[in-house]
Amino acid sequence: MIPSTLEYTKATSIDEAIAAVQAGARPLAGGQSLLPMMRLRLAAPGAVVDLGGVAELVGVCEDGDEIAVGAMTTHRAVAADPLIGEHCRVVAQAASGVGSLVIRGRGTIGGSLAHADPHGDLPAAILAVGGSVIARGPGGERRIEIGDLITSYLTTSLADDEIITQVRLPKGNAQSAYAKFHRRAIDWSIVGVGVAIGPDGVRAAATGVGDKPARVTGFEAALNGGASLDEAAAAAGDGLDPSSDLDGSAEYKRHLVGVLAKRAYLEAQG
Amino acid sequence: MATVERKTGGGIGEAVLRKEDRKFVTGEGRYVDDLRLPGMLHAVFVRSPFGHAKVKGIDIAAAEALPGVHRVLTHATLPAETGVLCASNPPGSDVRQPEQPLLARDEVRYVGEPVAIVIADDRYIARDGADLVLVDYDPLPVVCDAEAALADGAPLVHSGYPDNAAATLVHETEGFAEAMQGAARTVELRVVNQRVTPMPMETRGCIGDWQQATGEVTLYTSTQVAHFVRTFISFVCGTSEAKVRVVTPDVGGGFGAKLNTYREEFAVCSASRVMGVPVKWIEDRSENAVATIHGRDQVQYYTAGVDESGRIVALKFDAIQNNGAYHQLLTPTISHLTVFMVPGCYDIQNISIRMRQAFTNTTPTDAYRGAGRPEATHGIERLMDAIADDLGLDAAEVRRVNFIQPEQFPYSSSTGLVYDSGDYDTTLDEALRLADYAGFAARRAASEANGKHRGIGLSTYVEVCGLAPSAVTAAIGVGAPGWEHSTVRLHPTGKATVITGTSPHGQGHATSWSQIVQTELGIPFEDVEVIHGDTAFQPYGLGTYGSRSLAVGGVALHRSLGKVREKAREIAANLLECSVDDLEWTGTSWQVKGSPDRAKTIQELAGAAWAASSMPEGVEPVLEATTFHDPPNFTFPFGTHVCEVEIDPETGRVEVVNYTAVDDCGNVINPMIVDGQVHGGIIQGLGQALYEETVYGEDGQMLTPTLVEYLVPSAADVPPMTLARTTTPSPSNPMGVKGIGEAGTIAASAAIVNAAVDALSGLGVRHLEMPLQPARVWNVIQEAKS
Repeated sequence: MIPSTLEYTKATSIDEAIAAVQAGARPLAGGQSLLPMMRLRLAAPGAVVDLGGVAELVGVCEDGDEIAVGAMTTHRAVAADPLIGEHCRVVAQAASGVGSLVIRGRGTIGGSLAHADPHGDLPAAILAVGGSVIARGPGGERRIEIGDLITSYLTTSLADDEIITQVRLPKGNAQSAYAKFHRRAIDWSIVGVGVAIGPDGVRAAATGVGDKPARVTGFEAALNGGASLDEAAAAAGDGLDPSSDLDGSAEYKRHLVGVLAKRAYLEAQG
Repeated sequence: MATVERKTGGGIGEAVLRKEDRKFVTGEGRYVDDLRLPGMLHAVFVRSPFGHAKVKGIDIAAAEALPGVHRVLTHATLPAETGVLCASNPPGSDVRQPEQPLLARDEVRYVGEPVAIVIADDRYIARDGADLVLVDYDPLPVVCDAEAALADGAPLVHSGYPDNAAATLVHETEGFAEAMQGAARTVELRVVNQRVTPMPMETRGCIGDWQQATGEVTLYTSTQVAHFVRTFISFVCGTSEAKVRVVTPDVGGGFGAKLNTYREEFAVCSASRVMGVPVKWIEDRSENAVATIHGRDQVQYYTAGVDESGRIVALKFDAIQNNGAYHQLLTPTISHLTVFMVPGCYDIQNISIRMRQAFTNTTPTDAYRGAGRPEATHGIERLMDAIADDLGLDAAEVRRVNFIQPEQFPYSSSTGLVYDSGDYDTTLDEALRLADYAGFAARRAASEANGKHRGIGLSTYVEVCGLAPSAVTAAIGVGAPGWEHSTVRLHPTGKATVITGTSPHGQGHATSWSQIVQTELGIPFEDVEVIHGDTAFQPYGLGTYGSRSLAVGGVALHRSLGKVREKAREIAANLLECSVDDLEWTGTSWQVKGSPDRAKTIQELAGAAWAASSMPEGVEPVLEATTFHDPPNFTFPFGTHVCEVEIDPETGRVEVVNYTAVDDCGNVINPMIVDGQVHGGIIQGLGQALYEETVYGEDGQMLTPTLVEYLVPSAADVPPMTLARTTTPSPSNPMGVKGIGEAGTIAASAAIVNAAVDALSGLGVRHLEMPLQPARVWNVIQEAKS
C-alpha cells in the first residue's frame, strides 16, 4: 500500500497540464482510482501532473443542444447540478451513487472516463445518453464519442499526450434513469444499467458486462420493436459477455442486466 | 437504537459517556505508528507470493545497493533462539507443532509468509527495496481446503509429517451409541463456517528498541496481551524476561487478531539488536490480509437423533478445522472451544465429537471474536432449524423442548463444562415478544404481495467466557493461566489510580473501572485514572480477550477495592476512637453506626494513611491494594436474537429488515457500553453472514486481499436493531457479571441465515451457506425452482 517513488507537479492551466503529459507525466484527476492502484503498485507512473488546480476544467454550462461539463467536475457536483438533473437525469443519478460521499467529493467525471474501469457507473450512464468527450492535445482538440473512447479494460483511445477537457451531454434525456446492483453501499457496481427514453426510442447501456461499457442492444431492439418490457428484460443479456468471478457467474450478471434495465426503464418513465 | 439515556459521570449501572473518547474523537489517540524514536529505521517485509515453494536462494545485492537501504536481513542473518511458539497443546490430541522460523529458511507455506526484512531510512525506501530483493522460488503443490488436505494423496504442507493432520480431539459419552440407535429419527446437516479476516481498524505494528550496552529491549506493539508477548520475546530472542519491556499504547481494535505473538514482533527486536537503533514496522492493509491471523474456517457434519417432539436424544458432531500452515499462539485451542460448546444451550447428554484439525497452505487461523464459539453456535442453531423443518415443528418450540431448565443450574454439560446460571425461556419469550413473532405471518404476506420472500430466524445462544480458571487452562493444554491483576492506589489528595492487567483496545475500561471505583469506594468517577499497557510498571496481566475483562479483571479490581475499604476502616476506627465493628460504610465514608457527625470520608482516610501519623498498631502507611484473581469458573452469558429478512428473488439480495437481541450478561456496569458491544458484535456477525469471506484460489493465491474484494460492512449497511436485556447474575463472582464482548458475534450469523432459509423455505430450501452473496442465493432460488 506504499506507492513507488514519483515526481509530482500541479498544473494551473490546460496548456501546462498538456506540456507535463507530453513530458511523460500521468494526469491525476480526483485520484480515487489512480491512487489506490499506485498504492497497490498496479500502476507506477514515474511522474504525475495534478489537474486539481486547473480552474477552467471545472463547471457545468449549457451549449446549444448540449450540456458541457468540465472534466474536473466532481461526482458530487454532477449529482447536484440542476442542468444535468433536468436534461440528463441518468448521469446525475449515476454520479450520486458512486462510492461514498468522500469519494464523490473528490472523484471527477473526466477521471472516471479516462480511467475506464469496466465497473464504472459514469461511462455506462453517459453511453446511454450518447454523450462524448472533448480531448485536447498539443495538436488541438477533437471530439470522441463515448462508445469510441473506452476500448478495453482500463484502456482508452486517448493519445498519450491528450487529456479530456470536457464531457458533452446531449439534452433531451430527461426521461432517463440509472439502476445499479452492488453489495454494500460503498461498493462498485456488479452490474449497472442506464436507460434513456428519447424521441428516437430507447437507449440502454450497462457496466460490469465485459471489458468496457456496452449498449444493451437486446433490450433496446426488443422495446423499440414493440416487445413488452418483460420480453425486453429477458433479451437484455443477449450478446453481452460478462466474466464469472467472486460476484457471480456470467449467467447471473446477464440476468441482472435485464432486471436492472427493467427497473431503470420504469423509473425513467416516471 | 440506544436503550439508555447517557450521562457524564456515575457509578455501577449508569450509562456514563466514555471518558477515553475525547482523545480518540479529536485525533489525539497515540498509536504505535505515532511513536518516533531517535535514530529509528523502518522495516518492510519481503513476503512469499506463492502458496508453497522451496526457497532456493535470496539475492539481496540490488536492494542493499538502493540509496537509503541500510540492510536486508534473511533467516541466515537475523538472530533468533527459536521460531514462533505455540502455547496450545490440547492433551490427547496428538498435536503437531511445526517449526515456524521468523523468516523462511528454505520453504514458504502460504502467500504472505515473511522471507526477508529490508531496513531503510523510511518506509517508502524500504518498500522500494523490497521490490529489489530477488528470491528464487521453486513452486510446490498447494492445498488450501481443509477437507482436501486430509484426503489421501493430498500435497503435504510439511514434508516432515506423513499427512496434514495437525491435531485430533475425540470425545464420546457413555451410552451415546445406544441413545443414537434408539432415536425415533435422525436429522443430518453439513455446515460450512467460512474463513474470515479480523480486519481491525488499526493494523498491526511494532517498534523494537534493543539497548546493546545493557541487553535491555523495549517493544512497542499493538497487542491485546503485552505480558505474554514479553515472556515470548525472552524465549525467542534469547534474553532475560526481566530485561524485556513491552509497551502497548492505544490499540485500535483487535478482535482476537492481536491476541497473539507474531514473527514481526520478534523480528523487529532482533533487527534492532543487529542494527543498533530502533526498528519500526507498520503493517499495511493488504499485508494485514495475509500476515495477520484469520478466523473460523470449519466444516461441520451434524447427525442428531431426535424424538417426535424434536428433542435431541443423541448428537454426533464430526468437524474439520483449517489451522493454516503453522500454529500461532492458540491455534489448536480455538476449535477446542468449539468442541466445548457443541451442545449450546440444550440439554444434550449423549454426545459424540470428533474435531480434526488440518494444515493447509494458508495464513494460520486463531482467535477471532468469539473464537470457536460462533462456529458452535452457528452450527447447532442451524441444526435446530433443520430439525424443526424436517419434523414440521415451530423453530421456537424445538428450542424450548431442548433447553436446559433453570432448576438444572449449575449444569454439567456433556463436554465437561459447568454452566453457572441461565434462564433461556425468559430471553426467548422476551425476544419473541419484542420481535412480534406472532405477527410475522401478516408481514410475510405483505412482502409476498410485493414480490419479496420474507423470513424470520432465531438464534438462542449460550457462550463460555470469563477466560479462565487457571486449572482449566492447564487441563486443556493452554500454556498460560487465566487469572488477572489489579492494583488500586489512593493518592494523598484522595484521587485514585487503578492499574489493570487487562489492557483495552476499544472496550472502555477507563470508564467502566472508574464506575466500579465510584460505587465501591465513593471516589467520584472523575477522580479515577486507569492505567495499563506497560509491563515496566505493571504486575503481570493476562490481557483482554475471551470476554474476560470484566468477569476476571473487573472482579480483581472489585477485590482490591474491598481490601482498600477494609484497611481504611481500621484507620477510621483508630481516628474515631472506636472499634471497627462500630463502623458502617455509607458509600463514601466510614461512620460510627447511627452518628453521621462521627465519620471519615475515603479521601480523608487516604490522606491520613499517607500522613501515617496516626496509624493503628501494625497497619502500614498508604491506601493501596493489589489482587491476583483466579476465577473459580467460567461465566455463561446467553440470550436470543431474532432476525427478519426480505429476499429479492430477482437479484438474490438478502436485506435484514429487523433485528432484535435480548441478551443476558448478568449485572451490567455501563448499559451504553454493553449496547455498543452488542451493536458491534451483531454487525461483525452480520458481516460474516452477508458479506465477508477470505477466499483462496486453487493455486494458493488469496483472491480477497483488499477491502474491494473483502467486504466489511460499513455504517450504511447496518440494519435497524432493537436491544433488550434480562439479568441473571453469575454466582461465580461477587459482582454477578458475565461478559458481553463476543455475544453479538456469536449469536448473529445463525439468526440471519436462519431467517434467510426460512424466507426460501416455501421453495423447499433447507440450508444456505455463508456469506449470503446475492449470486449464491439467486442460484439456490433457481435450483429450487427447477
